[in-house]
Amino acid sequence: MLFEFFAPRLRAFVSKPGADRSVIEDVVQETFVNIWRKAHLYDPEKASASTWIYTVARNARIDFLRKAVRPAVDLTDPVLAVDPIQNPQQQLSQAEEGVRLQRALASLPDKQREVLKLAFFADLAHAEIAKELKLPLGTVKSRIRLALGRMRMEFGEDES
Amino acid sequence: MIRHHPSDELMLDYAAGSLGEASSLALATHLTLCPQCRAANQRLDAVGGNFFAHPVEGTPGQETLNSVMARISSEQAVPRAVAHPLHPALPQPLRLALGCDLDAVPWKRLGIDAYQCVISTRDKIATARLLRIPAGRPVPVHTHCGNELTLVLRGAFSDLTGNYTPGDFQEADDRLVHQPHAEPAEDCVCLAVTEAPLQFKSWAARIVQPFLGI
Repeated sequence: MLFEFFAPRLRAFVSKPGADRSVIEDVVQETFVNIWRKAHLYDPEKASASTWIYTVARNARIDFLRKAVRPAVDLTDPVLAVDPIQNPQQQLSQAEEGVRLQRALASLPDKQREVLKLAFFADLAHAEIAKELKLPLGTVKSRIRLALGRMRMEFGEDES
Repeated sequence: MIRHHPSDELMLDYAAGSLGEASSLALATHLTLCPQCRAANQRLDAVGGNFFAHPVEGTPGQETLNSVMARISSEQAVPRAVAHPLHPALPQPLRLALGCDLDAVPWKRLGIDAYQCVISTRDKIATARLLRIPAGRPVPVHTHCGNELTLVLRGAFSDLTGNYTPGDFQEADDRLVHQPHAEPAEDCVCLAVTEAPLQFKSWAARIVQPFLGI
């Protein structure tokens, strides 16, 4: 069941050293309530369930822990630019995208994967990751660029 | 055609949720205008989702479930669709932050013939503002104490790093001393996010800086 699978993961996602237990509980609850509230916005063609739940949890974490708002794209915005070159037949299915992404992530050197994990799961910006790992900022930036470049390559997009 | 995009590290911070509100506003506005970066952003969200697949220790928590169920069953139906104006000029994240569209921006004079509108956010580190530089005019030479993000919305500007047209995104750090010029065809409107006050190079600009509010 959704709750049994995701509740412990969400708690791990929100937990930071020194974080208040009741705040963690608030974020976990808010995430599930928002999943229910926003279920009509979930499009399985566009994202896997865990990706969508990740975005809902991330937004709840920003709301409760950072007490901030996160401006985001509105896909119904009349100003939204659509890709004129995109051929619908070339578009990968969500499942195929997932397979490629996992392949790309699995092939990353540990040091690059560590940076991604700290970014997503320790709630650290890249400058904070550099401090945490006691590395020059440039080293962290280059690990991020190599990791994302590897992902672009997997999706046949590395034009640069 | 957008040629200048946000860096990988900025895209990562945005997807991971650690980017401040003012910079996130610049990202969300660029993503509205750039399908390529929007696809890259979706993929980064999927990286975040992918980490959820790893097993973790811990129990689901029956009390949590009870509280969630109680909240859901007491919830009222909420209005869903956002109403958009018919032909908006600015991307929605920016309209939302400004509380208006481009035709109603409360411009304030900035120096001799430039205009600005500071956008109120809860960000304590960085400030977002719209800048309007008249066609063909320069922005005074400046450096920054921190990073500066600039996103072109109307018109175009050039500096020593290149030419920037609508949708283009510039990231400058404190090493860049630049003098952007608006292109002569039309006024240039940009969203600018600065981490610290700009530092103007000329003594005259430095003297008037406190009065410009930039």
